Amino acid sequence: MTNLVSTRRSPLVFVIWGYIIWSLVPVVIAVIYSFNDGRSRSVWQGFSLRWWFTDPYASIFRNDETRNAISNSLVLALATLLVVTPLGIALAIGSQRIRGRGANYVQGLTSTPLITPEIVVGAALLLTFTRLFTAVPLGFFAQLLGNVTFSLASVVVIVRARLVSIGASFEEAARDLGASRWQALRFVLLPMLWPSVMASLVVVFATVIDDFVITSFLSAGVSSETVPLRIYSSVRGGATPALNALATLLVLTSFTVLIIGLFGLSTWRKRHGERGGLRAALADVTQIEG
Amino acid sequence: MKNSPRLWAGFAIPGTVWLIVLFAIPFYAVACVAFGTIDPIFRDAVPQWSPLSWDFAQARQIFTSLTTGPLRGVAMRTVLYVVCAMSLCFVIGFPIAFFLARHAGKRKLLLLTLIIVPFWVNYLMRMLAWVNLLSVDGLFTRFMRNFGVNYNWLDGSPITVILGLVYGYIPFLILPLYATLERLDWRLIDAARDLGANSRQAFRLVTLPMSKAGLVAAGILIALPMFGDYYTNDLLSRSPSTEMIGNQIDFFLNASTEPQKGALLVLALSLFLLLFMSFYLRSTRQQSRQVTR
Repeated sequence: MTNLVSTRRSPLVFVIWGYIIWSLVPVVIAVIYSFNDGRSRSVWQGFSLRWWFTDPYASIFRNDETRNAISNSLVLALATLLVVTPLGIALAIGSQRIRGRGANYVQGLTSTPLITPEIVVGAALLLTFTRLFTAVPLGFFAQLLGNVTFSLASVVVIVRARLVSIGASFEEAARDLGASRWQALRFVLLPMLWPSVMASLVVVFATVIDDFVITSFLSAGVSSETVPLRIYSSVRGGATPALNALATLLVLTSFTVLIIGLFGLSTWRKRHGERGGLRAALADVTQIEG
Repeated sequence: MKNSPRLWAGFAIPGTVWLIVLFAIPFYAVACVAFGTIDPIFRDAVPQWSPLSWDFAQARQIFTSLTTGPLRGVAMRTVLYVVCAMSLCFVIGFPIAFFLARHAGKRKLLLLTLIIVPFWVNYLMRMLAWVNLLSVDGLFTRFMRNFGVNYNWLDGSPITVILGLVYGYIPFLILPLYATLERLDWRLIDAARDLGANSRQAFRLVTLPMSKAGLVAAGILIALPMFGDYYTNDLLSRSPSTEMIGNQIDFFLNASTEPQKGALLVLALSLFLLLFMSFYLRSTRQQSRQVTR
């Protein structure tokens, strides 16, 4: 073919590695400084675990407010998953199969939240909960409703992609063999949707646990403070490396969930004879073909 | 499959109702607050639920303020910062996505994984990392001092804010760009080369026109959240001299007694972004139609 393919030593190699270093090294440094022995987040004073475990007041696992924020974050993420997963799967199936003018409206309505800036959603929900649906108090419940609304679209996108790739033939075969419409759905389609369900669990968990804007607009002070809110309010103050430790914990949590999800996905694929392994699992989660 | 419309409608109803109640109606609520009145005693915004009694005096005032008055600076700055950050994102991101799609070879999975990592690192963590490096005794500040650069990075520096936006949003550009370029039929580009085009001509006349729709969509995908960003500014600058429209919205809704102004700014921002959003939705719908065909 042409010589384009063989330009291995193209200057782009440096650009790409430069980018990777630029994008990751600052974060790695921030992680390292969470183990700083001193109170500074920028001058190294020796290694210690004081900001993680040992300091009785300031370490993240012993400080009451930080522990409260950690448990708030986990509860919010899990509660959102419980609500948004069934809602999103049903909406994905329904919106893919209804026809007519209603279908266009439903599809428009499901894809718009995905590209609406979070500040707009957060502001709109804040005004709604304080002036229209005043039965919903700000705090955990409002944050739950907000996060479900914002992440519903991503579940629908992930599940719908899987529905498209499955096609209708499996269900039709089940129907021909005497299954009722419901049985075909329950015993044929749903089990095949499993990888997309797992992928959306991972994506939604990571979105909610990291969410700052909506959760902050709908919070009601300390009782509903999550980890991102706590980080945000102390970044520019004279915070100790405990802040770095807390942020590191957040990153570790999402990566743990991501890695568990990726392995679960590739195991599922292997067991069910689908090709692709880890690469396909990565594509499931990022919605981008590798 | 298609002969059971009621069943499928039943599946779509709960989610649709959810989105109507918690996504569509809230927008209406914003309008009702924005065009509502102000309580004469408590000075609080009183929403007007009927469009017939909407009052546009405040809206006119905010519009004048955004175009010629005190908010003009904020509006212009928002556009300027987003345009600068977007251009930098493309200048850095396009070659990377291009390389990944075209030349990565055996290393592709490794590089792709490393590039996806920031995607999964919390945005606040990534900003926090730079706050540490750029603070007065931070590593980067100290490093730059060796070259005689003594700059106060975190105190209202537009450079820091723009670079912060680039740093924050570029992962969200590179992946969709890569996906677009990956889908291209590279044989056509090879054909152009074989027919005598040099690499620059092949790029300008074949690669670019073929990937244009994807490039625009990817750009919009990061422009939208950037226009609504206030936290990057808050974390890296905290100065009125770098405020963007998002900071004003955050201020009016969360820290002032004038939520009506906040509602009006949300409305103004949404209307401005609606242009980009509808363009994006139309182009992705066209793409998915091409795929299903």
